[in-house]
Amino acid sequence: MTKFSSILLVLLLIAGSARAELEISVSGGTIRAQPIAVVPFRQGPSEPADVAAIVAADLSRSGQFLSLARSDMKGFDPLPTSEAQVDYRTWRALGQEALVIGNVQALPGGGAKTVAELYDVFRTQKILTVEATATRPTEWRSMAHKVADQIYEKLTGTRGVFDTRIAYITSTQASGRRQFKLIWADADGENPREIARSFEPLLSPSWSPDGKRIAYVTFEGGRSKIIIQTPATGDYVTFLGEKGINSAPAWTPDGTRLVVTLSFQKNSDLYVIDLATRSRRRLTDSFAIDTAPTVSPDGRTVAFLSDRSGSAQVYTMSIDGGEARRLTFEGRRNEQPRFSPDGKTLALVNYDTSGYRIGLVDVATGVMRLVSSGPLDEGPSFAPNSAVVIYTRQGTAGAELATVSTDGSVRQRLRHTGDVREPAWAPYAKP
Amino acid sequence: MLNNKWFACATLALAAVATGCSSTGDKNANGTAEAVKPTTTSQGSAAAAPSGKTSVTTPAATQSIVYFDFDSSDLKPESKDVVAAWAKYLTANPTAKAQLQGNTDERGTREYNLALGERRSAAVSSALQSAGVAASQLELTSNGEEKPVALGHDEASWSQNRRVEIVGQ
Repeated sequence: MTKFSSILLVLLLIAGSARAELEISVSGGTIRAQPIAVVPFRQGPSEPADVAAIVAADLSRSGQFLSLARSDMKGFDPLPTSEAQVDYRTWRALGQEALVIGNVQALPGGGAKTVAELYDVFRTQKILTVEATATRPTEWRSMAHKVADQIYEKLTGTRGVFDTRIAYITSTQASGRRQFKLIWADADGENPREIARSFEPLLSPSWSPDGKRIAYVTFEGGRSKIIIQTPATGDYVTFLGEKGINSAPAWTPDGTRLVVTLSFQKNSDLYVIDLATRSRRRLTDSFAIDTAPTVSPDGRTVAFLSDRSGSAQVYTMSIDGGEARRLTFEGRRNEQPRFSPDGKTLALVNYDTSGYRIGLVDVATGVMRLVSSGPLDEGPSFAPNSAVVIYTRQGTAGAELATVSTDGSVRQRLRHTGDVREPAWAPYAKP
Repeated sequence: MLNNKWFACATLALAAVATGCSSTGDKNANGTAEAVKPTTTSQGSAAAAPSGKTSVTTPAATQSIVYFDFDSSDLKPESKDVVAAWAKYLTANPTAKAQLQGNTDERGTREYNLALGERRSAAVSSALQSAGVAASQLELTSNGEEKPVALGHDEASWSQNRRVEIVGQ
């Protein structure tokens, strides 16, 4: 993209953003963004959200689309809101390849229904009709993201992640002390909600497979503990508070067990804990550090970090136990593996002469590609479509989040007023 | 005598960590006053000596920090005095307790660093026990990279953060 379009994009994102806690910018893509015109939908004034503006901002933020600014749609009178009003030649003259029009019908009780249509400007035909609903005013943004997700999937072949949420940890100075917050926000940084706050560190947030609960580590009381919380209600339990380290919770895909790091038996080893019975099974028993587990989507394999070879490397083993097999040999160290939701890729943190960078390992071939520039990148977490990884990097003003598409073509930076880190992309919400 | 035990312990620790123990340019031993300033948690309790009846008092805060090389939990020769001071205090006050708070620099992942911080606490614990301190007097904790005392992103800060703080209870 040109510098001009990047500036335009940032302006557009700011315009479409009311309460965003994260400032998101597309920091460079190697692919050509597809021009798309999302015409203002027919909807009443002063409604909870400008649905088309959110759709346009979502598509632009992906880096794969360039939404036409509304100020460049002035020649139309009226702007089309139905198929009969679509004048393909004019949109083509404006350089647009796709066109989205729509209607938003407000429903009693604050809900709404959006019907949007996607047109291929060159083939001069409608290629998709999208419907999405909201049952109350607070769901209007989510309704818009659902529309954007379907348009994105139709045009790219990949399921969208606009209607998803990300948890992350912020660290700010509050009355002379450092305060930590675990936040849960929409993928566009809007609608931030606090899960936990503490003057002691918070880390390692990990979503349950159904996205309803989150496990994380708190140092409240001066020692590490693992908490499991339901963000929607605020209910939580202190799940583990053993002597020594309690860290690195990772859910099994069926949501019935957590693989964690405990050190009460001398040093850091992995344990599988049943959530219902709290029964525990020791998975590793080495003199070395074993931590940072991640469970494969089929539930059979645990990948984890161990420095049993002398430096931190990633190993895999059966969740039922047995021998561990070393997976990584490239670079000096490899840490913090995370399986992609489709099980094909393992994201990790690779350390070599360029510092700490995010690597993607093809599980089938073992081949690693480095997709970030370092030097202090860490904390990879996959989007639920397995096509994007979010991670923490050290920016000029402190820790910030960044995303990279797994093909390396699109990057975003997500900044906060304070330090922001430890992102955990939530799975798709189950209906 | 203490020296022999010291180096035996250091050797054991070295065996556990096969990674490099380079001693290049680490300036921790004579760090600046600012860098040595302990965190709020440790400062309060370190300064407050337990109401023991003996004449051997809690070592000063400046005698309570053991520094490490990158990704290492090997005790360095310059930490000898800190360990000796705490060994003297704890053996003279068998009811006194100390917390060993392990810390790392920001490099590497947080979960690994939590484990590395604990390994550093364990290295100091071994050294103290080799000098006659009872295991029951020692409590090991780790803050990983979460409680840096210096906030820069360079070796000058990192070297101050790779530490075990010994805090009298």
